Amino acid sequence: MTMNSEGRPTAPSAPSQGVGRKTFTGNRGLQIEEALLFEVGRVDNCGVDLEDIGDFDSRLGGLEREREIGLPGLSEPEAMRHYVRLSQKNYAIDMGVYPLGSCTMKHNPRLNEKTVRFAGLADIHPLQPQSTVPGAIEVIGQLAHWLKVLTGMPAVAMSPKAGAHGELCGMMAITAALKARGERRQFVLVPESAHGTNPATAALLGYKIRAIPAREDGTVDLEVVKENLSDDVAAIMLTNPNTCGLFEKDIVEIADAVHAAGAYFYCDGANLNAIMGKARPGDLGVDCMHINLHKTFSTPHGGGGPGAGPVVFSERLAPFVPLPFILDGKLVEDVTEAAKGTGEGSQTFGRMTAFHGQMGMFVRALTYMISHGADGLLQISEDAVLNANYVRVCLQDIMSLPFGERPCMHEALFDDSFLEGSGVTTLDFAKAMIDEGYHPMTMYFPLVVHGAMLIEPTESESKAGLDLFVAALRDLVFAAKAGDLERFTGAPHLAPLRRVDETRAARQPILRWTPPVAAEAAE
Amino acid sequence: MRYLPLTDSDRQAMLERIGVDQINDLFADIPKDKLLADLVDLPLAVGELQVERQLAALAAKNVAAGSVPFFVGGGAYRHHVPATVDHLIQRSEFLTAYTPYQPEISQGTLQTLYEFQTQVALLTGMEVANASMYDGSTGCAEAVLMAQRITKRPKAILSGTLHPHYRAVVENMSEFSGHDLVSLEGAPGAVEDIISLIDDQTACIVVQSPGFYGDLVNLAPLAEAAHAAGALLIAVVTETISFGAIKSPGEMGADIVVAEGQSIGNGLSFGGPYVGLFATRQKYLRQMPGRICGETVDADGQRCFALTLSTREQHIRREKATSNICTNSGLCCLAFSIHMSLLGEVGLRKLAQLNHRNAILLADQLEKISGVELMTGAFFNEFTIKVPGNAATIIEALAAKNVLGGIPVSRLEPGRDDLADLIVVAATEINTNEDRAAFVVALNEVLS
Repeated sequence: MTMNSEGRPTAPSAPSQGVGRKTFTGNRGLQIEEALLFEVGRVDNCGVDLEDIGDFDSRLGGLEREREIGLPGLSEPEAMRHYVRLSQKNYAIDMGVYPLGSCTMKHNPRLNEKTVRFAGLADIHPLQPQSTVPGAIEVIGQLAHWLKVLTGMPAVAMSPKAGAHGELCGMMAITAALKARGERRQFVLVPESAHGTNPATAALLGYKIRAIPAREDGTVDLEVVKENLSDDVAAIMLTNPNTCGLFEKDIVEIADAVHAAGAYFYCDGANLNAIMGKARPGDLGVDCMHINLHKTFSTPHGGGGPGAGPVVFSERLAPFVPLPFILDGKLVEDVTEAAKGTGEGSQTFGRMTAFHGQMGMFVRALTYMISHGADGLLQISEDAVLNANYVRVCLQDIMSLPFGERPCMHEALFDDSFLEGSGVTTLDFAKAMIDEGYHPMTMYFPLVVHGAMLIEPTESESKAGLDLFVAALRDLVFAAKAGDLERFTGAPHLAPLRRVDETRAARQPILRWTPPVAAEAAE
Repeated sequence: MRYLPLTDSDRQAMLERIGVDQINDLFADIPKDKLLADLVDLPLAVGELQVERQLAALAAKNVAAGSVPFFVGGGAYRHHVPATVDHLIQRSEFLTAYTPYQPEISQGTLQTLYEFQTQVALLTGMEVANASMYDGSTGCAEAVLMAQRITKRPKAILSGTLHPHYRAVVENMSEFSGHDLVSLEGAPGAVEDIISLIDDQTACIVVQSPGFYGDLVNLAPLAEAAHAAGALLIAVVTETISFGAIKSPGEMGADIVVAEGQSIGNGLSFGGPYVGLFATRQKYLRQMPGRICGETVDADGQRCFALTLSTREQHIRREKATSNICTNSGLCCLAFSIHMSLLGEVGLRKLAQLNHRNAILLADQLEKISGVELMTGAFFNEFTIKVPGNAATIIEALAAKNVLGGIPVSRLEPGRDDLADLIVVAATEINTNEDRAAFVVALNEVLS
């Protein structure tokens, strides 16, 4: 037995009997169960002290609320415990590797959280006089400048609220530009490896989708693009680097062909993290590209947002940017004023959201960019690509690369052929990673690869961290090949929950809490 | 660089392991003539102290709402947010988690989303709610598209009570998606006959209450008329606190409710990020856009939660999805939900009363100023005044006296000369007697 200097044992004298043991509370040591807010809160409890104002003559025109809402309240200590306990059931980047391909889960610097809370940036209203917020307009202007220089594009729309909203913005600008030429085209080309948001966005605007299959090597086939182009094609929506983690090497020729057909080149910028400071989309023939500030520029994902999706534009599309936009240090908010110009925004297609965009994300992203500088941003891309290739090379002998042993960009894509005959699926493999303390990689995406596993380590992982990650994956692969099925099909064994029945959630949707009495009465 | 863990020796060792000589070998697929030879023309990396100074200097150029008597609303409101909220949303496990695609290690996010959906359904008086939209305005455009899918009819009618920017967002979406739209002109206290415009092509009518000018609208007769014609009523609320004082839209017969949730838990932040609330009837569930969290069990039969009904969504259905939305307002939902659970029924009702009372006090005081006319009859915490002169000029003059006294309607309706002398004024619980007195004094000075 190991003893410390005081002679106390530092390891248990017998193997732990804890696994599987039931406790009275359902808690397991530090892992504490937490009931729903509606089960712990009471309608007559409150965690906020407000002035009692007594009766007064209301002016609600007879529309006063009479019915109880049924909202439970919590005192402050109860609220603290409720949310802290819940938080402890989440995995997070701050805890470990979060290798979700195409999601760019990188470190979120806390300086960004500090600057965004400066009163002069946080506590300002979107409609207070512009004369009282020159610093805010400057923040947006500076961020716009960084984005334009990094991408080599002359104009930018700052208001889109997230990546998909940015896609909508780009496709609206393209539609508006075609309309200005007196054209309405019907088709948009979308590679099969694209994010689902691409076809969904185009369809929202009434376009029909022409799916472009991937070539044997995972990239888009220039000849197939050419065959599908016509004077009825509005645009191609291409992700570059693509979702297979590969740079579309024919991109310039694709852009030329698209332009020759009178169409526009929409680039999905989800994977910008691989090429910052290495190449500029503006030099590659791109007409517009959204930038996910919550991926590349580290604004926190927050369990599903908020994001921010500014869109950069080429000269050809610059006149069509949405309102509001910044011109000569001023926020242009209305069509008549916009039309006075001749360049950016002079033929604006209108408004996409109530105010000026995700200021809270702008401040964080600008803080991040200034911190890194031109040199740091380049280093980010180089390290992101280096880390991904390191993982690829350390696993390629025992996992399977669908497109051969060639360098990847910021993410490494594997398929499930290495699991063939093992009885283990991609899903099982991913759930077993949870037991090892890792968030799984992106699974079953992109769709062009069977049982896809897309690993994006980002630049935030150390070499030692990756070595352990790789060792853990290798151990899992050996276990799968050795037939240790239980480790996979029953996984996760050690998470707060066992495998969750997602089918049941969809078949019998229960989407809100209802009081137990009412629930019984309804049955 | 402080955020990058790799050292040069790590990089060298990794390149060797990969089997390449230099980093650019990994970028060989980028056309050679497109590879940048030099750094882009931007400043170089700086330390934390220097960055903080730069951002502080930018912040210092702005007038923070909390530093002056403040009465600006129009879809974004300044309320007190308890310190607990900001502390909790900064916990690493909430802040730095992704969308909860792996429910076994995301129950924190999922349970809070389920609680959020329930809170939203209760507040709006609806049966189901989603896990948020980007904000109220984009939620409003999505609601119109949803009504068009449900009714298979092309036309939407927008009431003049709708926030002009919301109207612009819906107009833009309708134009691009090829739908018909009728927009009524707004004005404070306007009596509009929206019912007579409903025909057999009408998918929905969209009405905001409290309206942009502050007016309260009884939605019940509108819902009845819409339903009689096979159309839906979409109710829009930009001030969520009002749910604590006013009958819920669900109670009055709305089919879809969209609201801006910023007032609860979320600061002004110059317009974003905010959180769109979206709720509807159970029967329309399958046409609802956005993420939804539902209850289920794990392999041991334990109650738990997971994202569900994703066959509506873009990552499964691609071009056949109900919407293209992916990332929504996760952390803002959490802030909303925490603040709402601290308030509870008691707190929300009290807060709503406080807001309403402060607005009445302010309206009464402003109305006494010579030449100022109160244009709104029934209101919650926002109303419109008519001033003798150009409203935009007067607002600027007030700002010069360190009072942020509302929104000149002309900023949002620049083409409408008939509205150039109107100011929309909001009062909340943050306003003190001194704030109101300062506003009255400053407005008196500006007008004299």
